[in-house]
Amino acid sequence: MKTVSSLLDPEWYERYKRISKLNIRSSIYDVTDRCNLRCKGCFFFSSNEHKAASEEKDVSKWEAFVESEMARGVNLAILIGGEPTLCPDRIEAFYKRLPTFVATNGMIKVDRDRFPDLMIGISLWGDREDEVLLRGKDTFAISSRHYAGDPNVYYLYTITPKQLGKIEDNIRRIKDVGLKVHMQLLSNDEGIDGFSWQPDELIAVRAEMDQMLDDYPETVISSKYYHQIITTGIMCGRRFGWMECPSVTDSIDQRDPRPKRLTNFIRWASDLKTMHRCCTSETRDCSTCKDGAAHMSWVMVNKRAHMNSSEDLQNWIEVYEMFAKLYRYIPW
Amino acid sequence: MANGIKNDPMNSNLDQNILRIAKIIIDTLQMEDVTPETFEADLDLVDEVGIDSMDLATIALVIRDEFGVRIDEDDYPKLTTLRIIGEYITEKLQDEG
Ligand code: SF4
Ligand code: SF4
Repeated sequence: MKTVSSLLDPEWYERYKRISKLNIRSSIYDVTDRCNLRCKGCFFFSSNEHKAASEEKDVSKWEAFVESEMARGVNLAILIGGEPTLCPDRIEAFYKRLPTFVATNGMIKVDRDRFPDLMIGISLWGDREDEVLLRGKDTFAISSRHYAGDPNVYYLYTITPKQLGKIEDNIRRIKDVGLKVHMQLLSNDEGIDGFSWQPDELIAVRAEMDQMLDDYPETVISSKYYHQIITTGIMCGRRFGWMECPSVTDSIDQRDPRPKRLTNFIRWASDLKTMHRCCTSETRDCSTCKDGAAHMSWVMVNKRAHMNSSEDLQNWIEVYEMFAKLYRYIPW
Repeated sequence: MANGIKNDPMNSNLDQNILRIAKIIIDTLQMEDVTPETFEADLDLVDEVGIDSMDLATIALVIRDEFGVRIDEDDYPKLTTLRIIGEYITEKLQDEG
């Protein structure tokens, strides 16, 4: 019988044991329906999720809600929006009770006296030109001023096809402000011309992402297997899509057969009652979905599928470690 | 001494339950390289077999259907080997019986 230790040398086995019992149970929360930017291609607005529910304004209700989420077994809160930093009291309702991560555009600086070790991921969509085109301003100039050198912050760099050949410039400027970066790919939800991935572009971007990891290992939080999965959509001979996705809201998941999925995962709207279909756009076509978190979770929940060879299992470990680093379960 | 253990009805129940649980795990995880008889009862299910919490939840459901014993979710972390699950189930059956 193939066992983990029969597939791994002692060093890899130690790495495996460091993560094998983490038992992370995340859920995602829309903190608000509002944002201080209006990016082209933002799934939240393009799929009208901001209108799905009207946000709960009573902070005591948020506090009670977080308690009930903890009772449901959630042990990692991922706050998205809209823009969560518009509502620090709601962030605090989570932060005081749970390991909490906030995805922000970085336009507002989180008060570090109030939230000393809050985990923060800042969205970045490319170089100055692309950011101005897609988001109306050079967000990096502002966000990097707010967070330079902060040990609990990284950039969540969404790579677009227009970024091919230019990824390194962005990695370098992130490195220069003393921050880390995690890369993901744009899913072109609003069908903006030239921003949908073509097969040759996916091959090229994978090679470029691999190169970045080799050249900037201290700055890039990633893994080559993740690059492979996200650019090909294939894992262990299976194709990513609706019937494989691990990040579907649990209570509305009627799929049969049920795939391996995130335990108890729910993405909540900001009224604290409505649930969205999944971790990303309500209207996105799953067959073209490039959501980074969904792909990474897809690998993570399919551990035993990676027990066919040492290489497969090492790949699985690297993706799990990447996730654990992004949410500070293990150090960068 | 070995015979003494074998003749103890509680232990033979335990052995049988371990075999039945091994079969449940093998079927649930669609394991092809092991049989209930060759499944090592003391192998760590997470560290060695690679079972995750969702697997364990699925296995717990089948155990509930087959044995009529409900495994409390809070007990999952301590159910680390086939033998420990077997002892847990056997004990619960005895408590009920
Ligand atoms: S900053 Fe984020 S939430 Fe706001 S519009 Fe842009 S993508 Fe959407
Ligand atoms: S859009 Fe992506 S994340 Fe959402 S259900 Fe489809 S595949 Fe999963």
